[in-house]
Amino acid sequence: MANDNKSVSFQEKMEKNIWLLLIILAISLSVGGLVEIVPLFTMKNTMEHNAAPELLWQRQPGQTLHDHKPGDGMRPYTSLELAGRDIYLKEGCYTCHSQMVRPFRDEKERYGHYSLASESMYDHPFQWGSKRTGPDFARLGGKYSDDWHRKHLRAPRSVVPESVMPNYPWLKDNMIEGKDMASRFKAMRLVGVPYTDEDIATANAELAGKTEEDAMVAYLQVLGTMATLDENKVYRQ
Amino acid sequence: MDAAAEQKYNFDVVRWFTVMAVVYLVVGALVGVYIAAELAWPVLNFDSPYITFGRLRPLHTNAVIFAFGGCALMATSYYSVQRTCGVRLWSDKLAWFVFIGWNLIIVSAVVTLPLGITSGKEYAELEWPIDLAIAVVWLAYSFNFIMTLATRKSSHIYVSNWFFLGMMVMITYLHVVNSLAIPVDLFRSYSVFSGVQDAMVQWWWGHNAVGFYLTAGFLGIMYYFVPKQAGRPVYSYRLSVIHFWALMFGYVWLGAHHLQYTALPDWTGSLGAAVSLAMIIPSWGGAVNGMMTLSGAWDKLRTDYVLRFMIMSLAFYAMSTFEGPVMSLKTVNALSHYTDWTVGHVHSGALGWVAMVAIGAIYHLMVRTFHTEMWSTKLINAHFWTATIGAVIYVVAMWVSGIMQGLMWRAYDEYGTLAYTFAESVEAMHPYYAMRAIGGAIFLLGAVMMLINILMTVAKASSEGSLQQARTAAATA
Repeated sequence: MANDNKSVSFQEKMEKNIWLLLIILAISLSVGGLVEIVPLFTMKNTMEHNAAPELLWQRQPGQTLHDHKPGDGMRPYTSLELAGRDIYLKEGCYTCHSQMVRPFRDEKERYGHYSLASESMYDHPFQWGSKRTGPDFARLGGKYSDDWHRKHLRAPRSVVPESVMPNYPWLKDNMIEGKDMASRFKAMRLVGVPYTDEDIATANAELAGKTEEDAMVAYLQVLGTMATLDENKVYRQ
Repeated sequence: MDAAAEQKYNFDVVRWFTVMAVVYLVVGALVGVYIAAELAWPVLNFDSPYITFGRLRPLHTNAVIFAFGGCALMATSYYSVQRTCGVRLWSDKLAWFVFIGWNLIIVSAVVTLPLGITSGKEYAELEWPIDLAIAVVWLAYSFNFIMTLATRKSSHIYVSNWFFLGMMVMITYLHVVNSLAIPVDLFRSYSVFSGVQDAMVQWWWGHNAVGFYLTAGFLGIMYYFVPKQAGRPVYSYRLSVIHFWALMFGYVWLGAHHLQYTALPDWTGSLGAAVSLAMIIPSWGGAVNGMMTLSGAWDKLRTDYVLRFMIMSLAFYAMSTFEGPVMSLKTVNALSHYTDWTVGHVHSGALGWVAMVAIGAIYHLMVRTFHTEMWSTKLINAHFWTATIGAVIYVVAMWVSGIMQGLMWRAYDEYGTLAYTFAESVEAMHPYYAMRAIGGAIFLLGAVMMLINILMTVAKASSEGSLQQARTAAATA
């Protein structure tokens, strides 16, 4: 009871002093976020490639992004893929599609190996999504042909009659303005994506003559194909 | 008519926020009904980039949360802080700056989101120049509120103001950290965080936008307007202290439960789920505190339509704060995540709790600040029933479709292979998507009734001269 009275009196102090109330609030409100977020930056086992370095592409000096073969490991997106990713954001694809396979039997059979944190290490912002009005995309790359994707983007119901996705016919008509890809690469480098000076120098030129649809298809086809995942290896506890 | 209050306090800015809140309620719900219909009948996308689901959905969430929710919060907090402190707002100029600034931000959202100018972070889509403007206006709003409290005449700070304060501090944290980005140009930026860290920051923001903006802020509304409308003091002071501090400390931890079974480390998700479960206690404490405020005055529910909105909102609050922790449990989350169940849960909170308590408070404010009765009481009653029925139809449709989706995705046939293709699960959703659109349309109809009632009341106040009288009464007396 004595304790009770004491806590009430501190409460009363706060009720009479706006600045005290503000300070105590500012402290209480910061705890949860600090405890949950800060360790994700400091604990090594958050990112699987710290224990399994083969998940990361070991790029040799002089290699371009196009020297990477599927399965070589995570790398930054090429100019065309990043342009496609930006269209993915622009069109709000993440409002209906996730990019995060969970470690369940049905998801493995439907989509493939469960997703690793390292697989989205170059994703600024992340696109894990929160809703599957349509299917997951984490392992979409290579499942369908480029032609299928083009047909599907222009008129989804022509290939999947049950689909409720909008048609995206304008993607094939819009040319990408590649003028600022170098600046996008530079911004990405500022937030930690390892683009080289050569990558930046060639970024704009790679988009010459490309449509938004070309870029979108390139992005969709690379999803989940960069790294090779070992079925028998436990990446996460 | 309360001429003394009219002249002592700044009700002008409150009136503008109040009316604009209702305008945005109609706009936000209209966009919501449209995109719901697009999912049921995709032909409604009309092959136009500007009205596709993907671009309008962020417009819907921003309109209802920041436009409607924001104006409702600003109207109610600026009104109740003056009444509970016994002083005028610290600065009239700053209050007008906030009103104009917030509405310009809303206009810029309406322009940029359909154009596809977005940062690609759910519930925080607006690009960096708008984010900067939000930070400035939000701080101005908070500063004016805090300075009003600092200059108060009452000895204690009333409980509703604690909740508003908590919201202001937390939203400042969240908005600043989650919006950290490197600009490419005026219309494009990339989040400084990536992958798993970005996911955690994003859901720390995402869930606390719910927890502090849509819950703590609206609990501030509840703690002032429910007792006022009922004419009774808050049921339990002690319960409100517990409710407040448990909510402030605990809610912050919940975001991680949006990332169960993802590539987020297991400890983070489990921690989020554990605290989520514990949150049932303060949440229900708050709901009980609100409802029991009516003890001894339950008969008022028979005649007072505004009070009905408030009590119904508390029932929805209790329901969705039970549902939320259940959904954060790993076994339930494995089924519910990525499905319409989440959408249903959000809307039982948004339509049932947030909208209804705000609607009740807005009707209360209309009478107090326009110094006249509402144009039509019958219309308020009709609004109550359409809002309730619309919300229930919406939520039930999403429960059924969400659970069905989850079960279809994991179903196996007798040969041990997946029983359904994804496309089959999409097809099975059609009736529920249609039902959701109808539920939403009924809710929208109620919002339109409210807007008509509000505008007719403004016209009535003007033709009766009640507002003019209140403004000048003392001078002539």
